[in-house]
Amino acid sequence: MSEAAVKPRMPEEHGVPDPFPWMHPIMKKNYGQWDHHYRPRPGVLCHVAKSGDKIYTVRAGTQRQMDVFTIRKLCDLADKYADGHVRFTTRSNIEFLLADEANVEPLIEELKEGGFPVGGTGNSVSMVSHTQGWLHCDIPGTDASGVVKSLMDLMYDEFVNEEMPNRVRITSSCCQINCGGQGDIAINVQYTKPPRINHDLVANVCERPAVVARCPVAAIRPALVNGKPSLEVDEKKCVCCGACYAPCPPMQINGKEETKIAIWVGGKHSNARSKPAFHKLVMAGLPNNPPRWPEAGEVVMKILRAYKENAKDWERIGEWIARIGWPRFFELIDVPFIKHHIDTWTYARLTHNHSTHIQY
Amino acid sequence: MANKDMKVHPTPMLDELEKGPWPSFVTGLKRLRDADKRYSPVVNDLLGQLEHSYEEKLGFWKGGAISVLGYGAGVIPRFSEVPEEYPASSEFHTLRIIPPAGYHYNTEVLRKLCDVWEQYGSGLIAFHGQSGDIMFQGVDSENTQKAFDALNEMGFDMGGAGPDLRTSMNCVGHARCEMSCFDEIKVHRAVLNEYLDEMHRPALPYKFKFKFSGCPNDCVNAIHRADMAVIGTWRDDMKVDQAKVKEYVEELGRDYINEHVVGMCPSKSLKLNDKDELEVDNKSCVRCMHCLNVMTKALSPGDDKGVVILIGGKRTLKIGDLMGTVIKPFVKMETEEDIEAFVEFAGEVIDFFAENALEHERTGEMIDRIGLPAFLEGIGVEPDPNMVLHPRQVSYVRTDDFQDELEKARARKASKEAAE
Repeated sequence: MSEAAVKPRMPEEHGVPDPFPWMHPIMKKNYGQWDHHYRPRPGVLCHVAKSGDKIYTVRAGTQRQMDVFTIRKLCDLADKYADGHVRFTTRSNIEFLLADEANVEPLIEELKEGGFPVGGTGNSVSMVSHTQGWLHCDIPGTDASGVVKSLMDLMYDEFVNEEMPNRVRITSSCCQINCGGQGDIAINVQYTKPPRINHDLVANVCERPAVVARCPVAAIRPALVNGKPSLEVDEKKCVCCGACYAPCPPMQINGKEETKIAIWVGGKHSNARSKPAFHKLVMAGLPNNPPRWPEAGEVVMKILRAYKENAKDWERIGEWIARIGWPRFFELIDVPFIKHHIDTWTYARLTHNHSTHIQY
Repeated sequence: MANKDMKVHPTPMLDELEKGPWPSFVTGLKRLRDADKRYSPVVNDLLGQLEHSYEEKLGFWKGGAISVLGYGAGVIPRFSEVPEEYPASSEFHTLRIIPPAGYHYNTEVLRKLCDVWEQYGSGLIAFHGQSGDIMFQGVDSENTQKAFDALNEMGFDMGGAGPDLRTSMNCVGHARCEMSCFDEIKVHRAVLNEYLDEMHRPALPYKFKFKFSGCPNDCVNAIHRADMAVIGTWRDDMKVDQAKVKEYVEELGRDYINEHVVGMCPSKSLKLNDKDELEVDNKSCVRCMHCLNVMTKALSPGDDKGVVILIGGKRTLKIGDLMGTVIKPFVKMETEEDIEAFVEFAGEVIDFFAENALEHERTGEMIDRIGLPAFLEGIGVEPDPNMVLHPRQVSYVRTDDFQDELEKARARKASKEAAE
């Protein structure tokens, strides 16, 4: 018996890797000593250090889920123009770090030739941050990668230009847990029917008390069905959120027609001007329509156009709506306001208008 | 290679996603399928199953229990629910690997990561998942340990999953941003690497996430997404270069500055005076970053920098989306002692969460259930008006110790002043 078989390899608990060995030398040298930045053109940033050193960043969109050939192609470009140094943004854009301004244009040309859009800076629509979807998740209602690819094709010009009033940060989530997060616009799965329960499997697959506890509206209770221990759902109480599906896959929440798409607006992470905000519901009941999800795309583009034409410089979508008022917003995007737009969740009263402040 | 007989699954719906100008993940998957490599049949069946999902509008993956030796989390097991049709990709697990803080790479390390994933996995890597990890997608059960060992030998480690401390992230910050108010990488690594045990051996009620943003622009979405958000700020006067202000006025016009800088200040703290100087009421300023964002060359954070700590952010499940609540309105984060004190504080918060949260309850939900005052008492933090929008507005509360609490607060203030 070899020694390896007797003594299995235990992991080295490295933790979070130190990025300094891989960081661009100019960034290392001027770490914490930056003075200002400007954007010479869409997709390019120039940061100037207090020392006078400059570093150029060329930002390009990726498909996030990358094959090794794509990654190596990006590496070749980084070796040729960026001293071999790149980083990624939280929205899966790749950033090439360039010491030499003369390399900026040739790199952009090669990126374009390779099919990588250069942009996502300043007041543009950046890459949609998104979840895994059908490709890999165990509870998905849709395929986030496909939704995002379809949307980014539609919004391509807004990625490569900086023509929006302010930055637009879009997110997409393939279930109502909303792993994609809050966005200026969010394209999220919205379930419409209570779970369909396979009572033959519940007792063996699900830890029933845990499933009962998971329900946000206490609609699930233990029950004997056909002589077997199972769970039942009070469908009058059920809000069709899908929270029970993850701990209990026999409570199928997804359906070919029942899983729909909803669009939300006005989420914001930054503290700039207004405080951070959650997104608000605009549209639901859109079909989950692969492979291109045209109905969702149409609503998103309508919102983007209204924002682009009507908002003031620096207003984010939520701030613009706060100024013009929700009635005007719904008019601009030609969506009637209905009962489902009114919140009924905890603290819903805090979302009511308790004043005569009304815009006519 | 023995792939010559591979029967390529038709993918008419996915093919539609190869059209259009944005980079296509489908085209990438097909490159792997057609590479005539060990993993090509795997990606062929993966595409087949994905096409099946597009037709049926359903996912066909289920979880399971896969881990590597010594660790209880970090592998996301995926077994196909339709393995007969797509046998080669019937096991398609993900390794969540902690990326370098700030996502800095050189091409040498990226190429090595690709080599490992070609050797053991599917050749598909996501930079990065919503969890902040590098997602090495698509490895079978047998190769999971081997792939991890190879990555671990390179200096990489497993990220979080399930009820544990999760992989964190920080903005570009000190490395390339003039707004950065603390050393994000250093603080991020200090706290995460101190509590790795909580990441690798899940024993918490539910997940716990840290996120580090260098300024209130919060580029890593910490307030929304982190159980503990650490966000840079400053408490002295912001810096104004009046000569540069004048250049902006000349370039953009007085009207523009008045409407889009002065007029958009949320605390009405700015004024452009007759000499085209920007006057700042620093006592009213809420450090929102707007004017600094517009006039980056003229305006910058002050010198007395530190962080705001907010606790309790999370996404929708179960009680609805929550943002973090201010728990420490200002903490210095410069010296080793500052960072040590923060790491200790973070540990106390994790301990309190571990001992008091219900199963599958996030920190924000726990605070909602027990009340902010009880949480503050539990973690040893004194109440501060910065934590709330306004004081209590409902009288239904027992207050028989109100005057005693006032006395205690006065005594604390006096002893603190005496100590200074």
